[in-house]
Amino acid sequence: MSLIRLEPRGQASQAMVYLTPPLAVVLTLMSGFVLFLLLGFDPMKALHAFFIDPVSSKRGIGELIVKATPLTLCAIGLSIGFRANVWNIGAEGQLTVGAIVGGGLALAFYGHGGWWLLPLMVIGGAVGGMAWAAIPAYLRLRFNASEILTSLMLTYVALLLLNFLVHGPYRDPDGFAFPESRLFEADAVMPILWLGTRVHLGAALALLAVAGGWVLIARTFIGFQIKVIGLTPAAAGYAGFDQKRIVWLALLLSGGLAGIAGMGEVAGPIGQITPNVSPGYGFTAIIVAFLGRLHPVGILLAALLMALSFIGGEAAQIAMGLPKAITGVFQGMLLFFLLASDVLIRYRVRFGARRAVA
Amino acid sequence: MNRRTMGKTLLGLAGAAAVALSVGTAAAQDKLKVGFVYVGPISDHGYSYQHDQGRLAVEKALGDKVATTYVENVPEGADAERVIEQLAASGHKLIFTTSFGFMNPTLKVAQRYPDVKFEHATGYKRAANVATYSARFYEGRTVVGAIAGKMTKSNVIGYVASFPIPEVVSGINAFTIALREQNPKAEVRVVWVNSWYDPGKETEAAMALIDQGADVIVQHTDSPAPIQTAQDRNLWSVGQSSDMTRFGPKSHLTAIVDDWNGYYIDRVKAVLDGSWKAVDTWGGFKDKMLFLAPYNPAIPADVVALADQIKADIMSGKRHSFQGPVKDQSGKVVIPEGKSATDEQILKMDWYVEGVQGKVPK
Repeated sequence: MSLIRLEPRGQASQAMVYLTPPLAVVLTLMSGFVLFLLLGFDPMKALHAFFIDPVSSKRGIGELIVKATPLTLCAIGLSIGFRANVWNIGAEGQLTVGAIVGGGLALAFYGHGGWWLLPLMVIGGAVGGMAWAAIPAYLRLRFNASEILTSLMLTYVALLLLNFLVHGPYRDPDGFAFPESRLFEADAVMPILWLGTRVHLGAALALLAVAGGWVLIARTFIGFQIKVIGLTPAAAGYAGFDQKRIVWLALLLSGGLAGIAGMGEVAGPIGQITPNVSPGYGFTAIIVAFLGRLHPVGILLAALLMALSFIGGEAAQIAMGLPKAITGVFQGMLLFFLLASDVLIRYRVRFGARRAVA
Repeated sequence: MNRRTMGKTLLGLAGAAAVALSVGTAAAQDKLKVGFVYVGPISDHGYSYQHDQGRLAVEKALGDKVATTYVENVPEGADAERVIEQLAASGHKLIFTTSFGFMNPTLKVAQRYPDVKFEHATGYKRAANVATYSARFYEGRTVVGAIAGKMTKSNVIGYVASFPIPEVVSGINAFTIALREQNPKAEVRVVWVNSWYDPGKETEAAMALIDQGADVIVQHTDSPAPIQTAQDRNLWSVGQSSDMTRFGPKSHLTAIVDDWNGYYIDRVKAVLDGSWKAVDTWGGFKDKMLFLAPYNPAIPADVVALADQIKADIMSGKRHSFQGPVKDQSGKVVIPEGKSATDEQILKMDWYVEGVQGKVPK
């Protein structure tokens, strides 16, 4: 006998589905206001330093795009899998292998590059990520192994592989034995799209992925199959949809996009292979995918918002000495409010004990 | 753009720059803004904490002539460049980037901000406005190696190490040479945790080493977790970067403490009086860039005397941490008798001396 019960609503309000993410943002801002007040900071100044200052310069907007690029690429791929009940949690590992293969090509052809090198690296990054995602796909279809576990575990394998490579074969021969590769040559570096910022070709690829993701889901038969499998797997079975094919497609697609994201990091803002390619983009992309309601445009906005929370955290630390942990608190609050409002639009809260059924 | 409009634009730009400059100097006249970028949290009680102590020392020593800012927990990837640039763009004229992984990002930003001075710790690339600095941590390792050689009963030393970079490998070697000088039967086992700060992994590594019979746990990672583990098992330990006595008062023999206070104050003063130059500083005991935390009272007096003597000999130049003959694991003499390792040999060290078990990860 509980005093508060959740009662399913027959139909979630469509308007609310799209309204809740902005609502969650507003609630986060309001809680942030109170939080800053309690910490003894001027809340308006702090929120300004956190959310407005970082994007009030060309450089700041550029950095926002740089940070949102890998998040968008990974999240678009993941969202397609999530719609089809394929739970790829290992985008971080696929991103890492993409960086290893794509960046490895830059090192392999060091000193012999040409215009063809960068396109080859993009393909290499995609193939690397796909290969890494193909393992969970095979294990799920052949042995019915949960891709949640296998893809996650393979992330750690990928990170160790990267570590091994930067300490060995990839190590800069003139680098005093430090675990870093050489700096890539001009032919192997992503061209800058916006002069004076670090916005690189990867941003354009991310936008392409957004458009492609939308076309796939909204305008193709495969997209229809993905949605049906996700909503009612049994119905998809009766309709004769090939579920195996969808599992392969979802994992290869998300792996490939994550691989391109990783390659874009090493050939873009980093410019070399280091032991730290990604500060967890592959994991954050899971949050981004859900925050964006698995919709490509929503994901783009969510990636920008998530990027802002990272950059804002640094900016606020520099400008006002706010503790770094605030970034995590903000991200946590955002997710909490989103999930809470999700519950509320799907369920009705009832107080008091359930009446006996007549 | 034709030449006339270009001229106009340039004039406009010059005007804007003049305005910006006058604003900039007005602000700069009151205070020199100094920025610090840390790889870990300042609450690590180790490496980043110690750099932050240096920052606080600058504030204390130079008072209202400076304003300092720090950014902690900065990942060594694409983010580092943004953080460093943000400090440069927000009027910081001297920026310390305190981890090896910040090397290339520091150089990239330095190129775009020629009027800002940068100092990068533990790296090897310099530029007109980028200086480098580091401490000869290995000198401290020599002293604690001798202490460990006297204190161990099982003759197995457990070494919790971060990354197989020269700084750490040369530390293991300096430690082992001094250890075996006192106790030729002793050997060193190393576990790499591939992180500078990961209390969970560091604990596991310490446990694994203890299970292999180690009775002294030495660490080249930044959290106090190995000390706490050794304390729980009633074994000895040696702290890293800062005095970690309070995390295991019974276990903590001593710690190799980094001391950036004097260096940071000197460098900030140099910027203030205009004498700053982009040089490399690699200081040891003599330069007061490192010292040993107070010895555990349980260490016998003769061992304390021995440690003090070794330290004094290093400071006077009578002793070098890598004094020949030094043999590698295969028994081959790498540094012949009568010679000491050159700085370059130490900076590039990627091999183990005799007495270390296992291989350097490659």
